[in-house]
Amino acid sequence: MYDVVVIGGGPAGMAATIRAKELGLKVLLLDDNDYLGGILLQCIHPGFGIHYFKEELTGPEFAYRLMNKLDGVEVKTSARVLEIINYSDLEKFVVFTSPEGVQKVSTKTIIYTAGARERHAFEIGIVGDRVAGIYTAGEAQTLMDIYGIMPGKEIVIVGSGDVGLIMARRFSLEGAKVKAVIELMPYPGGLARNIMILKDFNIPLYLSHKVVEVRGRGRVEKIKVVKVDENLREISGTEFWIEADTLVISAGLIPNVKLLTEIGVVIDPSTGGPIVNDRLETSVPGIFVAGNALLINDLVDYVAEQGELAAEGAKEFIENGGIPSKRWIRLVKGENIRLLAPHYLSGERDVWIYARVARPMEDVVVEFVEIGKKIKLPVVKPAEMLRIKLRAKEISKAEDKITMKVVKHE
Amino acid sequence: MSKVYRFTCIVCPLSCTIEVEVENGEVKNVKGYTCPRGKEWAIEEVTNPKRIVMSVIPVEGGRLPTVSVKTEKPVPKDKIPELMKFLAGIKVKAPVRVGDVIAEFEGVKIVVTRDA
Ligand code: SF4
Repeated sequence: MYDVVVIGGGPAGMAATIRAKELGLKVLLLDDNDYLGGILLQCIHPGFGIHYFKEELTGPEFAYRLMNKLDGVEVKTSARVLEIINYSDLEKFVVFTSPEGVQKVSTKTIIYTAGARERHAFEIGIVGDRVAGIYTAGEAQTLMDIYGIMPGKEIVIVGSGDVGLIMARRFSLEGAKVKAVIELMPYPGGLARNIMILKDFNIPLYLSHKVVEVRGRGRVEKIKVVKVDENLREISGTEFWIEADTLVISAGLIPNVKLLTEIGVVIDPSTGGPIVNDRLETSVPGIFVAGNALLINDLVDYVAEQGELAAEGAKEFIENGGIPSKRWIRLVKGENIRLLAPHYLSGERDVWIYARVARPMEDVVVEFVEIGKKIKLPVVKPAEMLRIKLRAKEISKAEDKITMKVVKHE
Repeated sequence: MSKVYRFTCIVCPLSCTIEVEVENGEVKNVKGYTCPRGKEWAIEEVTNPKRIVMSVIPVEGGRLPTVSVKTEKPVPKDKIPELMKFLAGIKVKAPVRVGDVIAEFEGVKIVVTRDA
């Protein structure tokens, strides 16, 4: 029997595995790809690792740093998990296929780090011809940065989040023309350092706009764009067409939690990931979650940090036959908080709170109402996740809940 | 004629808005920064913007069909198109390892960032 089976060999999974090994746990790492590293291997741009390794690395470099620490760990790649069986709180089974056939292993805990999936064209209401030349950003990135194939020449990108902006740069560097980036919201979605890419390559950004239709014979030929009002409703009469051979959709990520929902793990609709306590344990005892499967992160550094935290949770779980806590204090969303995690705090340990605001705001106070903690910030943006440490001492002042809100500084 | 450039500083997560006033190619005034690192960055961003450049290079006989590469240090923005043309002409044979230097462009090393 394993102490921990880690599902997913991206940064969260590798960091969890390394930490579990350091803590003396018997661990198995499973990944369905034929190589470890997850999406990092195709994120060839720099900007990774500033917090975690105190050095700026590219995605693959970050991945190799972690891979190099996996010595002595049992790793299976090309291993696709079919089912998790929650036999009891202290015993679980993981069923997976691999080149060796179907296998079933038993384990005391599971750390689930299967990342996220991308939203596709149908989910964001694009209609029209079913033609070649429509990709998600991740697909286009795999083509270009793993296989070395250019997905198109004249490109329209939907979504100004980091992924969309980074793809805009890659296309431009490789000689394609990015004709526009179309953003539904009235503000750009990416980190400030990535917004600069638009200026670098003179790429027009259309805020409060939406792609509604694709036309072409065999291949994308033109793309219909329309302006939206503050309620995101299309404004008729504002339609225009952009000629392009490729549409790249970068409309956000959704935690990949299918295997978890099948065993009844409770999902938070605002993060799309599981509801967790301060050890990143889900509602099913002994099943932990980290990385983009927990909530969509903007920095891989936080993803790796969550992996380590989950491993520490697994260790505690094994030693105590469960995560010990006398009571749980709920962390709840207040004004201008769109999502947050973890959802339950014990007050027995310090904890990192990860949260996103719903809309940008300047000169604000982040407030944890019931415990009177306030943090002043010059600016908050939906694109930049807030990461705030609450001390055990502070948390334990609360009765049963702590409300987190972001309000204007007075 | 003076011109004011406005940026969001990207050196640290504080994201200060920095304004750089330039007159006849000379920096006249810098406002809005909170620390000297940001000031320095903003001045360089106006006078000599540089970027780390990344790409992929075809690799023969590797596990993946390409290796990713980056410039060892930031290169001037106006050199980037030339650099990309240079990179498009390179091919390598497996094995290559993270950290290998496979070429040099005007004194800047091209470093492999993924094994193949
Ligand atoms: S000016 Fe200094 S403090 Fe402000 S964002 Fe830049 S580096 Fe950070």
